[in-house]
Amino acid sequence: MKRIVYREWRIPPARYWGILGILAAVVGLGGLAALYLEHEGHWVTGMSNSVVWGVPHVFAVFLILAASGAINVASVGTVFNKGAYLPLGRLSGLLAVALLIGGLLILVLDLGRPDRLLVAMTHYNFRSIFAWNIYLYTGFVVLVIAYLWSMADRMGAPFKQSIGVLAFVWRLALTTATGSIFGFLVARQAFDTAFLAPMFVIMSLAYGLAIFLLVLIFSCAQDARPIGDLLLQRLKNLLGVFVAAVLYFTLVYYLTKLYGAKNYDLVGWVLLRGGIYSFTAWVGWVLLGTLVPLGIIWHPVLGRDRRWIVAACALVILGGFAALYVILIGSQVYPLQIFPGHTVVASGVVDGLRAGVAHYHPSVPEVLLGLGGVAVALVITAVGVRVLQFLPESLADPEASAPVGSGALRRFSIDEISPG
Amino acid sequence: MARTLISAVLAALALVGALAAQVVLAGDAQGYVKAGSRAAAHGACVEPTQYMRRHHMDLIQHQRDATVYQGIRGTRHSLAGCIDCHVGPGSDGHPVAVNAEHQFCRSCHEFAAVKVNCFDCHDGVPKGGPLSESAQSALDAATQQGRGRGNADGSVRSAREGQGQ
Amino acid sequence: MMKHPPEGIDQGRRALLGVAVGVTTAVVAPGLVLHAAALPSAAPPGAQRSGPVTDRVRWGLLIDTSKCAEGCRACVDACDRENGLDLQTRPAGQSGRAWADQKAVWIRKVKLADDLTGRVTNLPMMCQHCEHPPCVDVCPTGASFKRADGIVLVDRHTCIGCRYCMMACPYQARSFIHEVTHDQLTRVPRGKGCVESCNLCVSRRDQGAPSTACADACADAGHHAIVFGDLKDPRSAISQALTGLPNRQLREDLELNTGVRYAGV
Repeated sequence: MKRIVYREWRIPPARYWGILGILAAVVGLGGLAALYLEHEGHWVTGMSNSVVWGVPHVFAVFLILAASGAINVASVGTVFNKGAYLPLGRLSGLLAVALLIGGLLILVLDLGRPDRLLVAMTHYNFRSIFAWNIYLYTGFVVLVIAYLWSMADRMGAPFKQSIGVLAFVWRLALTTATGSIFGFLVARQAFDTAFLAPMFVIMSLAYGLAIFLLVLIFSCAQDARPIGDLLLQRLKNLLGVFVAAVLYFTLVYYLTKLYGAKNYDLVGWVLLRGGIYSFTAWVGWVLLGTLVPLGIIWHPVLGRDRRWIVAACALVILGGFAALYVILIGSQVYPLQIFPGHTVVASGVVDGLRAGVAHYHPSVPEVLLGLGGVAVALVITAVGVRVLQFLPESLADPEASAPVGSGALRRFSIDEISPG
Repeated sequence: MARTLISAVLAALALVGALAAQVVLAGDAQGYVKAGSRAAAHGACVEPTQYMRRHHMDLIQHQRDATVYQGIRGTRHSLAGCIDCHVGPGSDGHPVAVNAEHQFCRSCHEFAAVKVNCFDCHDGVPKGGPLSESAQSALDAATQQGRGRGNADGSVRSAREGQGQ
Repeated sequence: MMKHPPEGIDQGRRALLGVAVGVTTAVVAPGLVLHAAALPSAAPPGAQRSGPVTDRVRWGLLIDTSKCAEGCRACVDACDRENGLDLQTRPAGQSGRAWADQKAVWIRKVKLADDLTGRVTNLPMMCQHCEHPPCVDVCPTGASFKRADGIVLVDRHTCIGCRYCMMACPYQARSFIHEVTHDQLTRVPRGKGCVESCNLCVSRRDQGAPSTACADACADAGHHAIVFGDLKDPRSAISQALTGLPNRQLREDLELNTGVRYAGV
């Protein structure tokens, strides 16, 4: 096998700074939105006492899921010994850390008292999955950084396998715990199922890989680095499997809900009578986010076209946001069933406890906060790729590249660092 | 050589200026207790003044946890007690919040450059008393009947302190 | 479906009380020391607590929906006045509709119609003060907690405003403070970015007042639909009423053992 040479991103400075400038502007807007929110209070958002988590949480959960999915590419290489994926390990780790930091930043800045972050770090209630997540998220960052070191430094090479396995197990725990944030909520019908935990794991694989592919294709194209068709086909097919799995889990999630008569109304509402939520579920989540990308990925012609693959990845990401919007917000908008067999005719407040559903209209600041988090993740990735050796110089397929140090004997040094 | 001299002189001037500013601020500090507040009439705080200067936050925090978790609402070390005693009248005779500019808490904390979080939630002027009027009248009625079952859960103080947290 | 509070009734309670009301040295004003007096076995009303709350009592409410009048807001208004919630102001620029779901509401009047018969029921809803509160389980910092006497409340000094407790509450009893607060009452401090809910008039509890604002107001309005008292004391008015009146918990299926019980739903 060929030897992998990693190099810094060598795109023209003007373009690099241009990209950074655009991202920094988005980060700045997100920061301003956070300050505004912190200064005024949450009344400037669409969130309320009925819909307590809004668009920032959709962004945050998406990024956290994508982070644990992005590290999967490295895991496939080291844990499952798929040699073709090994050159992608470093970018995978960088992206995972960047996405997680972006997601956490949104979560923290949306707190009612972000100034009390220290309290969250010093007071723990270990019955709360949130408290566990604080450890799981920070531990993940530490672990992935160690993983990157083991991939990049000769001294770390002996530990690569074990750190890789640990990182893989950790990310499973992390995504399971993220799903459990919602799965453990017995109060709300649409949550209240342990099924959300594995469902979030599957979603993370799809969204993480979609983002990874977009970043990989973009950064290689900018720097004129080849990506072999064979490699891209493998990645694309893997994405197809993950997206199909998301569809399967979506199906089972609603079918298991339908098993209980008490949930007929809920499922009927989400899928049929929910207005924007039904539309988002069918058009965003199922059609654009799942069926169309699957069609592209497994289409004999389109599936070989890079632009179409990029489109498929973008659609999977769009579908991810749609899915989380329905799961997170739709589930809160649907009224709590406190009095089965009764209709709430009136309640003391307009929307609080009501006959109909709650209302949620995202406001500009909360959307900006979410976009700011995405931009933070991309800034970290762009700077990382630029100043450190994360991207392989060539990802051309083995038979197409010039044979350097051929043979099975080199199998175990394929990711060794090149000094040049 | 000349440049060194100039820098030295400038540094000295800056030092003198800074010290002067400190002295002015320290002069301010003498007048932290507001004229017209109940505290001004007392000779001492609930603990020796020097102790309070250093440790008031510990006392308040201790009382805070006792109040929130154990329901003990003594006023001796409570924030409500501090506010009650230290709030001073404004030019119009109405009380001015202790965390307002030039008032007791604010002026000293500005001098010490320590942020106060208390007033994010607590108001800087006493308001409403430890019990609402309706609660007080219900309590009085129950006391007169002598058979209210208010505080059946343990050790009780035989006298009330007049004001609560 | 009728249930009574399942706590075992502590028969040794009276005896315990006599012993427990022991030597309490209270330092009151500077320089003035009150000597603890040996108190009779039942605490006098109106006494401010000096020892920590204990689990020898569990405060609760009984709502008799047959007595709850349609259109009456006495309990809601009393709660608002008691806790300074009537001092909330809509932020400039916020629509009335959005504000209605953002302002803090600790108690609300709910009107129900039976889907089959159309029978109308009115009732007030507030924090149900569960024995096993989901809000306490999920709080990452432990700010949402249950006091020894059964009151579920938020320690706003450690609340970070994550709102996970609001996601977890099956009764939608909690409110998040969406705006900067002014003019709070001394007995009810509240500020932007924290979560709050009914605390069974906790300051009244600590000052030894006999009832809650909502129960008093309901009685004053002549309805007597809300009974407040100690669920663990078999002689308390609430225990007596619970024994005589078929009643249930809301969302009994969750087995939270709520401190607020409803008759007639």
